[in-house]
Amino acid sequence: MKEPILQCQNVCFSYHNLTGETSALTNISFQINKGEFVSVVGPSGCGKSTLLSLIAGLNKPESGSIFLTNPENTKIGYMLQQDHLLEWRTIYKNIMLGPEISKTINPESEKQALTLLNDYGLSRFQDKKPGELSGGMKQRAALIRTMMLSPKLLLLDEPFSALDYQTRLMVSADIGRIIRSAGITTVLVTHDLSEAIALSDRILILSKRPATIKKEIAVSLTLPDDSLLAARNAPEFQYYFSILWKEISDEYGTDSL
Amino acid sequence: MNMEQTASKQEISDAQKVFLQKHQRHHHFVTIMRILILVLFLVLWEVSARMQWIDTFFFSSPSLVATFFIEMVLEGSFFIHTGITLFETLISFLLINVISLLVSTLLWYSKTISEILEPYLVVLNSLPKSALAPLIIVWLGTGTDTIIVAGISVAVFGSIINLYTGFKQADAEKLKLITTLGGTRFTAFTKVILPSSVPLLLSNMKVNIGLALVGVIIGEFLAARRGLGYLIIYGSQVFQLNMVITSIIILCFIAMGLYQCLQWAEHWYLKHK
Repeated sequence: MKEPILQCQNVCFSYHNLTGETSALTNISFQINKGEFVSVVGPSGCGKSTLLSLIAGLNKPESGSIFLTNPENTKIGYMLQQDHLLEWRTIYKNIMLGPEISKTINPESEKQALTLLNDYGLSRFQDKKPGELSGGMKQRAALIRTMMLSPKLLLLDEPFSALDYQTRLMVSADIGRIIRSAGITTVLVTHDLSEAIALSDRILILSKRPATIKKEIAVSLTLPDDSLLAARNAPEFQYYFSILWKEISDEYGTDSL
Repeated sequence: MNMEQTASKQEISDAQKVFLQKHQRHHHFVTIMRILILVLFLVLWEVSARMQWIDTFFFSSPSLVATFFIEMVLEGSFFIHTGITLFETLISFLLINVISLLVSTLLWYSKTISEILEPYLVVLNSLPKSALAPLIIVWLGTGTDTIIVAGISVAVFGSIINLYTGFKQADAEKLKLITTLGGTRFTAFTKVILPSSVPLLLSNMKVNIGLALVGVIIGEFLAARRGLGYLIIYGSQVFQLNMVITSIIILCFIAMGLYQCLQWAEHWYLKHK
């Protein structure tokens, strides 16, 4: 059952500048299994986003290796912190940016775009400019843009952090549901512990910089109902939260408060 | 948005009427004062000339300028001189924009090239370009080419620096987005940098058109037998101040007209983007 899609082995990475080097990641090893939803949490500035850039291949690890089990068949979708919709394009044109860049605009991709717009409840807005949409809708549009690549592995870099709290609760639950129903393997980087618990199968906790994997927690929640906030109402929620909180606050130490 | 809609459906309230009236009155006042200043200036100029408070040999007068202008139109020299200056300005303007867009793109594309060329650009930009004009004349002779090159030299370096700085300010995360979608640096340029820089390109053009005109007039001062710059220099040498002042006034209109065209282009863009 546990079929790895991605494996990281002893990955190290540092940033270099003239005043010296900053070691961001040391000896990171983990694997992501097919269909899994894994969250990465850790103290701020610990190198969570760096890890995603490495997985996406935007940067190369200094040592160690990152490999996909089936590189030809594993398209990676990467969703950034802000929606980064281009304000001079309509929503539809924004969504078609991926196919446009890879020069694969065809009736098929156009149909896919319309289907996704419809599924995510944005078809009424396809000819609007991003400025006319609410934050939640823009984030959904950004997700569609990522989904247009038909990714097998989805990387989410704090995709909800630009939203206000209420929208964030709604959109994270909503997007979590969409991703799960599509069965896409996902790595989510977040600093929101409750979001990590509510969405994931497994949580990796990173230590402070230079980050290593401090602990791995498998999450299983008993869902009381199927509402959007069901996961947050699960009886185990508080338990997981206190574990995570303890691990992370240990990293900050007492002197940083 | 909803509030605006409900407000526009209702009858206009008295307070709104007062506000609109006030706004309109202010607008009229500004227009009237603008015209009044011009009329007052012309009347004062004409009266002082007629009453011989000023010497028309040196200061001319509105009626003398008008007469001279009509003569110019009738004998066709107006069209030749204005046409040639306008032509040279437009060609310079066009070339400035093309060259600076190409060079600034190259600089943006390669950080190494931009680092290497930076000091040269800074020097060329701060150098008074009129100092180059005699050199250009020796190299290219006294013709249209020289004047167009003079026009280009005044604006092109500033324009390159301006565009390059603008390109550099593009959001790094947006460039990352393009990379995550499988694009190259070149794709990032065509999909993100260029479209987001249209307002910058337009405002840069407004600066360029003015500078191109400056360069062309400098060129014509030194190396022309036709054009408004030539008329100004020639007129001052033979003490034909009517000619000088008429040419300057025509230049005012050209400058205003060219700027206005770009203003319209900008409005059109803002409306249709």
